[in-house]
Amino acid sequence: MDRREFLKTIGIGIGGVACGDILTPSIVKAQNAFEVNEFFGVLVDTTRCIGCMRCEMACAEAHNLPLPDISNDSVFEKKRNTTETRWTVVNRYETEKGKIFVKQQCMHCNQPACVAACLVKAMKKRKEAHVTWDTNCIGCRLCMVSCPFDMPKFEYNSPFPKIQKCNLCWDRFQEGKLPACVEACPVEALKFGARRDILDEANSRIFQNPHNYVHRVYGGHEVGGTSYIYLSAVPFEQIGFRGDLGTTPYPEFTTGFLYAVPFVFVLWPLILLGMNRATRREED
Amino acid sequence: MNGKTATIESFKDFVTFIRAELKPKGRIFTIFNVISAPIILLGAILIVYRLAKGLGYPVTNLSQDFPWGIWIGFDVMTGVAFAGGAYVLTFVVYVLGAKKYHPIIRATVLNGFLAYVFYTGAIFLDCGRWWNIVNPIIGNKFGVNSVLFLVAWHFLLYMLTALVEFSPAIAEWLGWKKIRKILGSLTLGAVIFGITLSTLHQSGLGALVMMAKWKIHPLWYTEFIPVLFFISSIFAGLSMVIFEGTISHKVFSQQIDEEHHRSYDDILVGLGKICAVAMFGYFFLKVLVFIHGRHWSLINTPMGYWYLLELIGFVLIPCFIFVQGVKDRNLLSIRVAAILTMAGIIINRLNYVFIAYKWYVPMSERYFPTWIEIVITLAIVFAEIWVFRWIVNRMPVLKESPEWAREE
Repeated sequence: MDRREFLKTIGIGIGGVACGDILTPSIVKAQNAFEVNEFFGVLVDTTRCIGCMRCEMACAEAHNLPLPDISNDSVFEKKRNTTETRWTVVNRYETEKGKIFVKQQCMHCNQPACVAACLVKAMKKRKEAHVTWDTNCIGCRLCMVSCPFDMPKFEYNSPFPKIQKCNLCWDRFQEGKLPACVEACPVEALKFGARRDILDEANSRIFQNPHNYVHRVYGGHEVGGTSYIYLSAVPFEQIGFRGDLGTTPYPEFTTGFLYAVPFVFVLWPLILLGMNRATRREED
Repeated sequence: MNGKTATIESFKDFVTFIRAELKPKGRIFTIFNVISAPIILLGAILIVYRLAKGLGYPVTNLSQDFPWGIWIGFDVMTGVAFAGGAYVLTFVVYVLGAKKYHPIIRATVLNGFLAYVFYTGAIFLDCGRWWNIVNPIIGNKFGVNSVLFLVAWHFLLYMLTALVEFSPAIAEWLGWKKIRKILGSLTLGAVIFGITLSTLHQSGLGALVMMAKWKIHPLWYTEFIPVLFFISSIFAGLSMVIFEGTISHKVFSQQIDEEHHRSYDDILVGLGKICAVAMFGYFFLKVLVFIHGRHWSLINTPMGYWYLLELIGFVLIPCFIFVQGVKDRNLLSIRVAAILTMAGIIINRLNYVFIAYKWYVPMSERYFPTWIEIVITLAIVFAEIWVFRWIVNRMPVLKESPEWAREE
């Protein structure tokens, strides 16, 4: 191998490695993911919840939202949804096993539809689990259309509106604090921890008290898994959950289309140009 | 005004010329003007009101349950489908070389271009944080996994493409001979790029709602929504061309020469033919999707009747009327079919945005547009027509190109 040949080979080699890095970022990223990524989450045991609404109060205090009146329980007469100023609500359901209280908030999906919907990455899935919102949002509301749990809420009555929803207390998390609702719960209906650990905990509660629970951890696999997971004494459909959301992560419903895009972009111009040449008359 | 062929060379000439052209031509107090002018004016005031107040009631009836209303469902989703005539006709004329349709190509491209400018303009109003609307373009974080990111870029690129396609007419108007030559040589490239973009964003509008999987009634939700949106944009666009052309040929009658007038019937019949075929294909696909979905039990419900009305009343029946109209060369039939088809497209797109969307929400909590939403929508449509008229009255859109610019 003479010197020129050698330099050429080296050059191609370096170039190839550089290109390879650009062309295969997903492989590199996947390796990083194995090292650090473990989602946190909250286990909600609906058999323990007493409907005191202190989680609602704590949430409002932690995020400077209007404080709810938790002194009387007439609010339970009608099912409430979360709103732009109430990021978590507790509802009461009449079931075959009596009254059951269920806390509701953003589920913090492992692969959130809202994040896949966002064209400016204003919705962001943090590697610790939190799904947060950022101010570069354009307010298109596709996240609301896409979310299987209808959680992102929009400030319709503001000229400078934001998307509002539970952010799993992202600010408190960075200060090393528990989510406000978890900290406020007096009966340990809420438990914060690594998602893997609270899933184990949920399964072991079912295993140890098989007659107290339906044998399903909601959020374990639904829509590809969520960071909020639930235990219940009655089928989840009776306490306001959709049982038929499936286990497919929602972003996958658009991947079929997105994968077709590069094909169309390459094939269409070629086919069209070919058609044009083939149908053109000789004298033109 | 037809004899104007003077070349504009200096900047001063240009300014005098534009000034002269800016003045209105034709009668001012026509019925159309008397109706549309106050609505445009009111619309402009209401737009300011919307920007000051935000999107909530009384501006719109949007809610946490229904984030999208007629500004997305009608202006954007339907408006873009109606603008599809531009990519279909440029395909037929420039790619396949069917010269027969050449007389209507400029009006169609102009209409498509203006539709994108005005109806995607409606996105600006609908965006809660409109001052951020350039973010996906300037790169304040690219959400490349989002279907909407693709659609936003395609809208922008397609607008530019359609402008290039139309630009020879502008050069002819200004008498810029050299530039006209350069712009004319860009047409085929622009057309091919434009068709590719259109394929993707027409279907992309459908792909937007793919993640609303359980919120859209199962009779409408299928993984083939993007394909259905694309195919329906073909006959939606052409029906619009038939509808718009019918009106244009009356209103701008004196601009159109004898030969074009005579060939126009042929053109309409040809468009009707394409519509009939595309609609049959669409109907066939819908039936396939229905059978594969095994939704027989849903047919005998209120939403089922609504579905049947859309599919039979506004797809199959207009398809038959098109076929009949083509067979008998009956232009009235073709026009009626076009109008029915357009109504069907409006119903279809609104279904995906707020009618079949969350069909389980009780009537009292459902979305219905406010008068402000309707007035602003009308104002946008009228403003588009005004600009269309302004251009048609000045540039060679329906009338012949000046002598020096005739192709071949």
